[in-house]
Amino acid sequence: MTPEPAKGAPAPKDNRWRLVEATMRRHGHKSHALIEALHSAQEAYGFLENDVLRMVATELRIPLSKVYGVATFYNFFTLKPQGRHTCVVCTGTACYIKGADQIMNVLEKKFDLKSGSTSPDGQVSVLTARCIGSCGLAPAAVLDGAVAAKLTPAQVVAKVEEWMSHDQH
Amino acid sequence: MISIEDLSQISQAERESREAVAHQINVCVAASCLSLQSDKVKEELEKAVEAKGKKDCCKVRGVGCMGLCAAGPLVAVENEKVLYQGVTPEDAPAIVDAIGAEPVARIQGDLEAPFFARQQKIVLENCGRIDPERIEEYIAADGYLALVDTLTAMTPIGVVQQVTRSGLRGRGGAGYPTGLKWATVNKSQGTRKFVICNADEGDPGAFMDRAVLESDPHRILEGMALAGYAVGASQGFVYVRAEYPLAIKRLKLAIKQAEKMGLLGANIGGTTFSFNVDIRLGAGAFVCGEETALIASVEGGRGTPRPRPPYPAESGLWGYPTLINNVETLANIPTILRNGPEWFAKIGTAKSRGTKVFALAGAITNTGLIEVPMGMPLRDIIFDIGGGVPDGKAFKAVQTGGPSGGCIPESGLDMPCDYESLAKLGSIMGSGGMIVMDETSSMVDVAKFFMEFCMDESCGKCVPCRVGTAQMHELLRQISAGEATARELALLEHLCDVVKSTSLCGLGQSAPNPVLSTLHYFRGEYESKIAAGEAAAAGHTPPAGGAA
Repeated sequence: MTPEPAKGAPAPKDNRWRLVEATMRRHGHKSHALIEALHSAQEAYGFLENDVLRMVATELRIPLSKVYGVATFYNFFTLKPQGRHTCVVCTGTACYIKGADQIMNVLEKKFDLKSGSTSPDGQVSVLTARCIGSCGLAPAAVLDGAVAAKLTPAQVVAKVEEWMSHDQH
Repeated sequence: MISIEDLSQISQAERESREAVAHQINVCVAASCLSLQSDKVKEELEKAVEAKGKKDCCKVRGVGCMGLCAAGPLVAVENEKVLYQGVTPEDAPAIVDAIGAEPVARIQGDLEAPFFARQQKIVLENCGRIDPERIEEYIAADGYLALVDTLTAMTPIGVVQQVTRSGLRGRGGAGYPTGLKWATVNKSQGTRKFVICNADEGDPGAFMDRAVLESDPHRILEGMALAGYAVGASQGFVYVRAEYPLAIKRLKLAIKQAEKMGLLGANIGGTTFSFNVDIRLGAGAFVCGEETALIASVEGGRGTPRPRPPYPAESGLWGYPTLINNVETLANIPTILRNGPEWFAKIGTAKSRGTKVFALAGAITNTGLIEVPMGMPLRDIIFDIGGGVPDGKAFKAVQTGGPSGGCIPESGLDMPCDYESLAKLGSIMGSGGMIVMDETSSMVDVAKFFMEFCMDESCGKCVPCRVGTAQMHELLRQISAGEATARELALLEHLCDVVKSTSLCGLGQSAPNPVLSTLHYFRGEYESKIAAGEAAAAGHTPPAGGAA
């Protein structure tokens, strides 16, 4: 028997959704599971698309406005799809003192990538984080999930160029 | 039912298995060294031990943070008291060869250096010494002894009294007496009570809590269970930043291990006390470090603070009495109960007892994590332990307390580092971030940096903070760019006062601090920018920022 799609849940219930559902179930579908559910959703889908927000709202019986409010309140959640590669530049105090702004400047100058933007080819997203806690390694960035230490602007440029050249072939 | 005897058996077995191997090679696998590929170093060391047939006498294990993050990856040969720094995977064979012989001088660090010798460790006592992913090692370091012993030998109010007598104060920043907080929650009436561990270390430049969570997670769980027993709570939450994936992973593992051994869950140690711990992930909002905002976030909503009273101790999570303590505060608890409050109260100064963990960062030679007795002069911390400012540059200021704190100049360095002295200097203890700035840093820009942070992180609930931080940031931008006159500076000072006195929560109330402290100590820098702005306004020279 195929399950009926839940009301207001236009996206198909695939494996990704099952992960989100498992999280909600673990919290008994209580409204306080919202942030945990959004974390799972972002992990499964890569970002929080509108349909997913709707489905979470329905499942947890929370007004969509509240779900949207929470999703947009927290910096960690993103409502836009990310590029294939992500470069999260730490802009905490230690990294600032050690020149994180130079990294951001060169990314903008060279690739027109600001915090929160994705390159037109969808390859690279640049984000900023308020301290990733690697202050001993400043300036640091998280390149595709791995912390890169003591970066120079040139190293970041080289990495982004490497990522961008992948789609050429 | 786990008993003291069970614990000592586990501890005994663990010690024996460790003594059976002559040489323990400890590799730091906390986030900082990991990002310098200490996992590969560990792998290569294991291979080298195997290849050289030293399996019977050498054991490689991953341990938590050893503190000197600047020199990572760090490897320590325990019994020989040898520390290697900046180790690469290629160094592994040489390190294994050198065991029982002369150490490899090329990469050897100095364990006698002030960085190590002048520290006193309570919170970090196990960091860098035990494998954070094995509960047995924590137990072998007398872990959970305080919990099991206290549950059978002490009443909840007795625990509160012990904590009160120790003089411990909250390590999250404000320094509220921990015993008093516990007593309030203990006395509060409620059908349920909660304990929340605040691990939402949002202060940029601080990484103390992350290190403890990654290096010694069981210590937090034991502290929380003891807090739960003292105040009458049976459920705890750790509110931890989603930005700390490794800390979350190790904490989850630790909870599972403790539950399996009966050190968390129902009827701990065969008593009537039950305590469970769940993890709640933060999602990148600095304001959630404020306790009422944190509660709103644990409840699944937007992290906006509400006016106090009522304080969470009376009406917190879902309206029930809730104890909220910082990671470092809770990490002190097991040791206080094990060694007694008098022992703890002897450390530090009259009003600030115990030790404090600091994260040294910025323009300082030894970036990393340190723990020192309260009251040590800032100069000793920065120049002796921290090794001073690198590259021959001159020291300019040290920033403590993050966006809520202030910048302390050279003239304040001889003050003892405790809650009261730092407040006198116009800064705060904060959670322990200490960022050193050299002569190349512009203090106007530093103030602008922190104001931008507060502007971004303002939750938007109250007007003074939401609008005030944006206006102050714009004024600072104008001053920094040399577009402002004395009028703007006066307006900035006025706004500082308004935002400080009228904001709803600590974020807004303390947002002007970096401006006020830099204005106090480095007014000349503001004035020279203003002079440039005045000159530009009079049409003499183009503005320094080039806005024309």
